[in-house]
Amino acid sequence: MRIGIPRALFYYQYFPFWKNFFEQLGLEVVLSSPTNKEILKQGLEFCVDDACLPIKIFHGHVADLIGKVDMIYIPRIISIEPKEYICPKFLGLPDMIRNSISNIPHIVDTELNLYKGKNHILDHILNLGKILNIHQTRILFAYFKAIKAQRQFEKLMIEKFVTPQDIIDKRLTFIENQTFKKRRNNIKVLLLGHNYNIYDDYISMGLIRKLRKHNIDLITCEMVTKSQIKEGNKKLSKDLFWTLGKKTTGTAYYFLEHKKVDGIIHVASFGCGPDSLVGELIEKRAKLEYKIPFLYLNLDEHAGEAGFDTRLEAFLDVLEGRKHIEDNISTYG
Amino acid sequence: MGNIYVPLKTLFESLGCEVILPPPCTKKTLELGVANSPEFACLPLKINIGNFIEAIERGADTIVMAGGVGPCRFGYYGEVQKEILRDLGYDVEMIILEPPRGNFLDLINKIKLITTQNNKTIKDLVRALRFAWKKALLLDNIEKQSSKLRPREIEKGQTDKVYNSLVKRILDVKDETELETLKEEISKAFSKIRVLKNKTPVKVGIVGEIYTVLEPFVNLNIEKQLGELGVEVHRNIYITDWVRENLLPSFLKPKDYKSILKLAEPYINCFVGGHGQESIAQIVNFSKKGFDGVIHLLPFTCMPEIVAKSAIPRVSQKFKIPVMTIVLDEHSAEAGFRTRLEAFIDMICHSKEVKNIAVLSGN
Repeated sequence: MRIGIPRALFYYQYFPFWKNFFEQLGLEVVLSSPTNKEILKQGLEFCVDDACLPIKIFHGHVADLIGKVDMIYIPRIISIEPKEYICPKFLGLPDMIRNSISNIPHIVDTELNLYKGKNHILDHILNLGKILNIHQTRILFAYFKAIKAQRQFEKLMIEKFVTPQDIIDKRLTFIENQTFKKRRNNIKVLLLGHNYNIYDDYISMGLIRKLRKHNIDLITCEMVTKSQIKEGNKKLSKDLFWTLGKKTTGTAYYFLEHKKVDGIIHVASFGCGPDSLVGELIEKRAKLEYKIPFLYLNLDEHAGEAGFDTRLEAFLDVLEGRKHIEDNISTYG
Repeated sequence: MGNIYVPLKTLFESLGCEVILPPPCTKKTLELGVANSPEFACLPLKINIGNFIEAIERGADTIVMAGGVGPCRFGYYGEVQKEILRDLGYDVEMIILEPPRGNFLDLINKIKLITTQNNKTIKDLVRALRFAWKKALLLDNIEKQSSKLRPREIEKGQTDKVYNSLVKRILDVKDETELETLKEEISKAFSKIRVLKNKTPVKVGIVGEIYTVLEPFVNLNIEKQLGELGVEVHRNIYITDWVRENLLPSFLKPKDYKSILKLAEPYINCFVGGHGQESIAQIVNFSKKGFDGVIHLLPFTCMPEIVAKSAIPRVSQKFKIPVMTIVLDEHSAEAGFRTRLEAFIDMICHSKEVKNIAVLSGN
């Protein structure tokens, strides 16, 4: 039995869990190819034109899996934290796929809804077992193994300041040797944005690669502990109800408050609902209260790489200039 | 948002607050809103900001806004708007009414909080609520009647004249007995409009995101425009229905609400925020009621309705009902909009004719 996992959206967050879980159950996990032009093209073809770029790309990845697998795992992710939601498009994702793409293999779309409490993850797991027709004890055993791998994955990102892609592609030692020659004077940039945008090399046009090439220390939401995010979010008067948005604001406010970064880059996809409000909140604070440079990068299928690079380089020049001036101010005023 | 200001104004006025109405939405409102809102926020937020600024300029010092718990963006409007207004240097207090999480009394308590300065009791509150509710019912009534009359009227524009004057009358009514006499006046006024009795107009349903469906400025007066094209229009959302479905405790909710939602299940299997699932359910419902077409409205980047949109081709195919989706934003222009409406109605009329011919010739 081959189960397909599209290399998009929550792949960047939960892949270690999914991989270990399904492999424990004796299934063969097949990933779609890394995002490329063909996938983007197919995504644009199938998806409704109002959707955002990552959703379109997801359609492309599903189309890429057709013919390669016996079933595709597209969980209906309603909520991954209590009292919070993911964007409405995630809620309706299996429906969108079914409505837009014909001739697809069987979709495993069990509901993942932790709105009422974290232990509802077991409902999700056990329902999966029912669909796959596997005995409960085996399911639970696989679940515990998988959750262990997932925790290790999350811990590694926080400890070593690496991206999920580094871990999944096993580039760790390479990264440590190459780009992480820690220099004290490195510029620190906070890279905000949804994980499926910033870590997808094709969507983000190699943003992380480019930043590392410029010897920039980057911090993303995944490299921050939960307590830090919680501390940052205390500055909001009303709790956000989007998990990803909350992570973004928490990280941003924490680092702004502790003055630990030189600049902020916010990556959002064109038409992203939650980010249109979240971005506004962060940008206002960063500019008015903390005077930290803020770059807002908007991604869509028409984004040209040259213009993107120019903006990025200009921003990095600004950061460097500021650092330079700061270092050269005489102590006597 | 449409005529919802009428019952709300009544409610707060009978509770002893001074209500300042922002002027009706105009281009200026929109421009103010667009200039001061985040670029990719959806249209309702921008217009709200415009409304708020205009109301503050007229002397308002407190804004009452609804809240929410997601996943639709509306739930966070209040917070963002508060920040925007503060940055613009306006000194206003914003009271955000969060929805009662399953507890209806919470909401009443909050409304009470607003009115405690005015020494009103719960009894007054109930009376105010009842009065406002009656006005809302009456408004929905005249809206439904006028959308029936518009395609049939002989002298074009007469219905709108009557309708507009009636809305003003309802707004000015101060107590319940006056409302009763107004009811008779309304039926008289409507019966005076001369209509073509035996005309059977094309019937079109409007579904979609609540704000764009209810606010005529945003949807470029779609009901009136369709009426002028000789179309009888039904909305899926009327104010009183919305209140019944969303604010009342579950045992008081209308019974058919759940069964209508069930119609959407093969296409959208769960709640997706906003009115996404309802839109699909209502398209199915309209087709079952024998409507000739449905128009689906949404503001640009509205998340729940995009999910709904993805399901529309399949629904439309299965139930053989034409559906047109119209995305609205600050750049919508009336001429292009009108052309699309005309083309859509022409298409419906044509397919209707073809069907009739097929029936007549015995095929």
